[in-house]
Amino acid sequence: MNLLFFQATMGVYLCSAAGYIAYIIKPERTWLAAASLWVTVAGYLLHISYFALRWAESGRIPVTNFFEAANFLGMGIVLVFLVMEFRFKIAALGSFMLPLVLILMIPTSVLSGRIEEMKPVLKSGWLGVHTSLAVLGDAAFAFSFIVSIMYLIQERQLKAKHLGAIFHRLPSLDIMDTLGYKALTFGWPLFTLGMISGSIWANSAWGTYWSWDPKETWSLITWVIYLVLLHLRTIGWRGRKMAFLSILGFVFVLLSFFVVSRVNVGKHTF
Amino acid sequence: MGIIVVGLSHKTAAIEVREKLNFPESTLPDALRKLMAYEGIRESLIVSTCNRVEIYASVTESAKGTDRVKQFISDYHGLSREALDQSLYVYPDAQGVRHTFRVASSLDSMVLGEAQILGQLKDAFDIALKTKTTSTILNKLIKKAISVAKRVRTETKLAEGAVSISSAAVELAKKIFGELEGKNVMLLGAGEMAELAAQHLLGNGVKNIMVANRTFERAEELAKEFKGDAIRFEHFPDALMMVDILICATGAPNYVVNRDMASRALKERRHKPIFMIDISNPRNIDPEVDKVDNVYLYDIDDLQSKVDVNTEGRAKEAGKAEEIVSQEVETYLAWERALDAVPTIVDLREKVEDVRKRELEKALGSLNGITDDQKRAVEAMSQAIVNKLLHAPLVVLKQAASGSDAGDNTIAIARKLFNLDRELKRPGHEKAADPSAQVLPEQGSGSKSPCR
Repeated sequence: MNLLFFQATMGVYLCSAAGYIAYIIKPERTWLAAASLWVTVAGYLLHISYFALRWAESGRIPVTNFFEAANFLGMGIVLVFLVMEFRFKIAALGSFMLPLVLILMIPTSVLSGRIEEMKPVLKSGWLGVHTSLAVLGDAAFAFSFIVSIMYLIQERQLKAKHLGAIFHRLPSLDIMDTLGYKALTFGWPLFTLGMISGSIWANSAWGTYWSWDPKETWSLITWVIYLVLLHLRTIGWRGRKMAFLSILGFVFVLLSFFVVSRVNVGKHTF
Repeated sequence: MGIIVVGLSHKTAAIEVREKLNFPESTLPDALRKLMAYEGIRESLIVSTCNRVEIYASVTESAKGTDRVKQFISDYHGLSREALDQSLYVYPDAQGVRHTFRVASSLDSMVLGEAQILGQLKDAFDIALKTKTTSTILNKLIKKAISVAKRVRTETKLAEGAVSISSAAVELAKKIFGELEGKNVMLLGAGEMAELAAQHLLGNGVKNIMVANRTFERAEELAKEFKGDAIRFEHFPDALMMVDILICATGAPNYVVNRDMASRALKERRHKPIFMIDISNPRNIDPEVDKVDNVYLYDIDDLQSKVDVNTEGRAKEAGKAEEIVSQEVETYLAWERALDAVPTIVDLREKVEDVRKRELEKALGSLNGITDDQKRAVEAMSQAIVNKLLHAPLVVLKQAASGSDAGDNTIAIARKLFNLDRELKRPGHEKAADPSAQVLPEQGSGSKSPCR
């Protein structure tokens, strides 16, 4: 039953991703963008339902294994996308955001969707707080990453004087540059709070705030990259360089989320 | 005798090549006079804009005339003939007429349907008229071209849907800045096209326009028009840091904006992007500037590639316009033929009538005491002989006039056979065929040339 909801969610996201991609290829079909948005909303409702059902079934917030964590991150990204889309009406965002969500979630779906026994040490109120903050931070970084990619595409077309069909669908450089930066000004504090809450939780669980667990180390690197980026921004860096940095930052997010957690042994190992 | 068009345009040559052949407006009279000194060039007109450099000439013989015109360009600009032979196109006679009409109707333009080229053609014509290098043929051709252009404008939607270069520039600006409200624009140089672009930007929310020009008075004049500020030309590099959109169209023969200037401005404005539009020919912004991060430099050729995207929808209207041009070329050629045949017919009639009258008077003078009836009979006879003899040649000439026969030879032979060429200089004809008085440009856009 649960799994059915998950598969339905993925199916609906697949539809909206296809719709958004079709829209950006054939820009005159503006109705595709509107349709895809509502399909995404439907998918998100299914997604929440799945999350709630799983929560109800396991009796805890379902974020404790790799599959659940990826699922939670996907939810966070779609949420950020929907908020941004309703706020700024940049349909081209969907053409990039939804494929990203699918790329992140579909491979993990081959992993166990089974509800596993949670390690007793994780049982704490901090679990929800820490993971929610971290996931929202990551989702904001993901948004900035996507906007940066769009910025680079647009910037390259403008520089090369070769303006393809996609050009007409992308918003202005200024908007993308601003949004990419704004997303970080939300994402970075959330990520920071995620780290702080994790550290407090670690202290209550293991008696130490920081133990150089691989995930902690990687998160710290990620945190520093974004800190440097935000600082450079205040001294006048912008545009292409910022976009590259934001992409670099997100590569670290992905590495620590999908690789470090899997390969290394530590508190965050799933 | 024929019309030739020799030149190159944005379609056949890159801006680097075009600027080598550029004739600045102030040098046009001199260039025209020099061209006229070449053998076999009867009339001439030079059109030199950002997008095209073309010489229109009426020559005694097309092939030789083409050679002379090319030689002139080679001599004037100090370029090798081989290079010129490769890059120049030549449209002789009917093709030349068609090309002229297509250019005037903006069918050969970078932006299909844009109206500037007609004004530029009129300006070039005005200069040639003042320099007295045009006469019957070119006056007729250009006047007709102007009327064809007007017909195309009223009968097709080509101009209506035209995305001008400046609105293409506005679209690009919006892709960079989003809303243009509150953006600072600088006009560097004060050409017609720069004004046009500025007007477009104002219409899209831009409030602050700075104008820098070598002659400060002109800058002030323009600034007043746009409710902007005039700045001294030598101060523009310092003001560059405030500029979001730079429109450059000075008459300078070299780069006015270089990479160092751009880098400095970018640094001072903390790398906020600058959109630079170079509509000058020769170019005024060093292409190296484009390599500076957050600078987007577009020259005319680049804007062209932008405009292409929107052109497709107007292909149908362009087809209609081509149709009109084809019709008008036919009309013009028929008219040209008729214009040759008709005076020949008139000349022939008058000459024969002259002979008849003289001979009749002589005969009547020697016939004493004939009655009025007899007199009338003799006169009628002379008239009848003349009419009968003239009938066949006139039929052939009229056929030649309507184009149903090989026209040129017939007329030439007729003139030779009847020895008509001495009668050519009758004043009545010249007047009828010289429309120059009516073809002066409509408005006094005079001194401004769009690229300079």
